[in-house]
Amino acid sequence: MRDERPLRDVASLLWLLLGAALAAQIAARALQAPLALRSADLPPAPSSAALRLASFGEPEATARLAMLYVQAFDYGGTNPAPYRQLDYAHLIDWLRAILELDPRSEYPLFAAARVYAEVPDAAKSRRMLEFIYREFLADPDRRWPALAHAALLAKHRLHDLALARRYAAAIQRYARSPALPLWARQMELFILEDMNELEAARIMLGGMLASGAIRDPAEARFLRRELESLERRLGK
Amino acid sequence: MPALILARLALVEARRGGLLWLAAFALAAAIALGGFFAELAITEARLVQVALVAAILRICAVFLVAAQVVASIRREIEERRLEFTLALPVGRSTQYLGRLAGFGALGLLLATAFSLPLFLWAPAAPVALWGISLALELALVASAALFFAMTLAQHVAALAATAALYLLARSMSALQAIASGPLAGASTWHELARRALDGVALLLPALDRVTRTEWLLYGAPDARSYAAALGALVLYIVLLAAAGLFDFARRSA
Repeated sequence: MRDERPLRDVASLLWLLLGAALAAQIAARALQAPLALRSADLPPAPSSAALRLASFGEPEATARLAMLYVQAFDYGGTNPAPYRQLDYAHLIDWLRAILELDPRSEYPLFAAARVYAEVPDAAKSRRMLEFIYREFLADPDRRWPALAHAALLAKHRLHDLALARRYAAAIQRYARSPALPLWARQMELFILEDMNELEAARIMLGGMLASGAIRDPAEARFLRRELESLERRLGK
Repeated sequence: MPALILARLALVEARRGGLLWLAAFALAAAIALGGFFAELAITEARLVQVALVAAILRICAVFLVAAQVVASIRREIEERRLEFTLALPVGRSTQYLGRLAGFGALGLLLATAFSLPLFLWAPAAPVALWGISLALELALVASAALFFAMTLAQHVAALAATAALYLLARSMSALQAIASGPLAGASTWHELARRALDGVALLLPALDRVTRTEWLLYGAPDARSYAAALGALVLYIVLLAAAGLFDFARRSA
């Protein structure tokens, strides 16, 4: 322990100065509004090489941290249409760079399919679906769940059956994983079935949970919440 | 055994200097931050948690070891205790290696403590391999910090040199990939710079191949590549120890 003089030896002016400076700091910070990350603030994505350099040899941790960073833009409890104002060119560049940093991570394509492709803006949704399709081709066995959801969105939200069939056919043709559930193996038939979005989503989620394709509790929670929101929206 | 006494002294000094509390604080902060980020994740929550906790703990362990070694050695030199020990009838190599063994043991203790929370979220075998790799990485950092603290005259310079060596070693593969990327120019200057970078890489340890978070996320590495990566670490520790012994043998006081 350091040898110290008693506290009473400190001049009262110094006590006052310390107290006043601390109070001023707390007041100044309390008066500042929290910095909200607006859609317009999403900067252009760095290249995957730059991200790799900044990761100092920790690409997997950096990829996940970057996903949480991107996810924070244009998201807020009071925002009626989150992510709708985002610059999708920047967003797709970010997702691609993150995916290149850790190609085995399912996070970027999960967010692309379940969050960013679901915006009520057909042009942006299509752009995101195409991004998912291109990235699916690089690793079909790992990335098919994102494209399966993309096929559902193409059919039920964009009402573009041809696009949905293209995605479904790609899953049937390229995905060879033994973990692939039956409905995904016959994805084109599944898409052509005369069922509404809610029924299809229920089968997809139930099948993925039963087959063990969803192991992460946070993901299962998120998907159940999405299903409930769909049920509310479709009034069932 | 004079070397063992010096090694024990290094550990005693770390304990008395409050390193235990700093390590406990780093552990608590890393676990809290990892939990916070996992709550924000909409998928891969466990992977987010383990990746971030491991990355934070790795950098904290490296910083703690480097700072402890530099502070301890510089204090010993400035308080003229080193002059006193040099006058003792103990070989210089024994003195240097005794200190290095103490700091290496400190790294081993930190690596063990920092691996323990990872068993909560990742399979045992990859965590054990990650922990062994971290212990060797910390031994390398201790060797570098000891070398720079002995050769450079200032605290800040020694710490900065250790940090520069460590960070450059971890980023060298990324730098080389950027330099030889398809979009890079083809001028003579660029070619020279690329070759210079390759030359610098030859002098650095491949720290981006060890203590990898991907082992914790996607499974243990194959035995051959793991042994090769750790063997390269051991080789670099020997190189740093040899350079340190060389400099220490020439030291007048």
